[in-house]
Amino acid sequence: MSLKAFHVVFVAASVLLMAFLSAWSYQNYRESGSSTDLAGSVGAFVAILALAFYGRYFLRKLKNISYL
Amino acid sequence: MEIPYTYKARPDTGLYNAKVGIWLFLASEIMLFGALFSAYILLRVSAPDGFWPDVALAWPRGLLNIPIGTFNTAVLITSSVTVVLAWAALKMNNFARFRWLMVVTVICAFAFLGIKSFEYNDKFSHYVVRLKDGKAVTGHLEVNGKHPGFWNFADQWSLGRLEAEKVEHIEIAVDPARDIHGHVKHVEGASHDHAKQKIATADIAFLGSYTPATHPFFAVYFLITALHGLHVLGGALVLAYFAFPGAKMWKTNPEQFTNRIEVGGLFWHFVDLVWIFLFPVVYLL
Repeated sequence: MSLKAFHVVFVAASVLLMAFLSAWSYQNYRESGSSTDLAGSVGAFVAILALAFYGRYFLRKLKNISYL
Repeated sequence: MEIPYTYKARPDTGLYNAKVGIWLFLASEIMLFGALFSAYILLRVSAPDGFWPDVALAWPRGLLNIPIGTFNTAVLITSSVTVVLAWAALKMNNFARFRWLMVVTVICAFAFLGIKSFEYNDKFSHYVVRLKDGKAVTGHLEVNGKHPGFWNFADQWSLGRLEAEKVEHIEIAVDPARDIHGHVKHVEGASHDHAKQKIATADIAFLGSYTPATHPFFAVYFLITALHGLHVLGGALVLAYFAFPGAKMWKTNPEQFTNRIEVGGLFWHFVDLVWIFLFPVVYLL
């Protein structure tokens, strides 16, 4: 597996982590009503979008490099 | 005799030697960290119900600083992006871009370690005090007007040391009350400042800092995060070497140098992936 393939796995894992963090923070916000938790949830959601856009950019930029 | 496939891929496998080597090494690393994660999970599920420190061996929650941990996660994700873009820059014969991206990666690595040491400092100066009447309090300790230091392990306090040095009382900046999930309890009209409490040494049944000897949580937390931190340090030193003294190879054998960066990047991604699992397990759950 090349660095390109491992990086795709890594970005996918990061997206999953941010999705979990967003849901976790939102659950906390529902329990505590704290604006910090709400900001954490929104911030993690923005990170998901940023990582998704970056993943697309990365795949386009390295389309000629092997996954092996 | 020349060693074959040092930079050209073997035709039947499509891999060069170093890539096979790094994946075998990473397989052993997965077993190492897998065992430590298993230890953490098993210790946690077998811990008694309740809330630490009220129940002595219950699993502590909410002790780690989540905003700091999240920021450190972002720092490591950024470093993985820069290391892979550095490798891509070499593939496109752009050495100048490679170098500055590698410098950013190394800066991220040391920023991560700096932030982690700040967290460690907070834990080493944080104490749990169990009183003879069964109550427990946690907070930052002050003895004879001084806070215990971070790097000076001899500066850690215990009940035995208090008695030996004939310290009559300690002061502790008490942490705010937390619920079972580790969230700070919001009390209407109450101040969030850490109120100082004076405790007589004669009333103390146990005194311990947030260090491995105090609770299995701290033992496994420090073991995994310190081992991970050593991997970050080792990786950062190797990447810094590639960015400066080791970069001479770019002029003589650019293909092999690019492969070296790929192998370094694979290790770096593994280290960052460990953190991607470590952060939710230790900080959030």
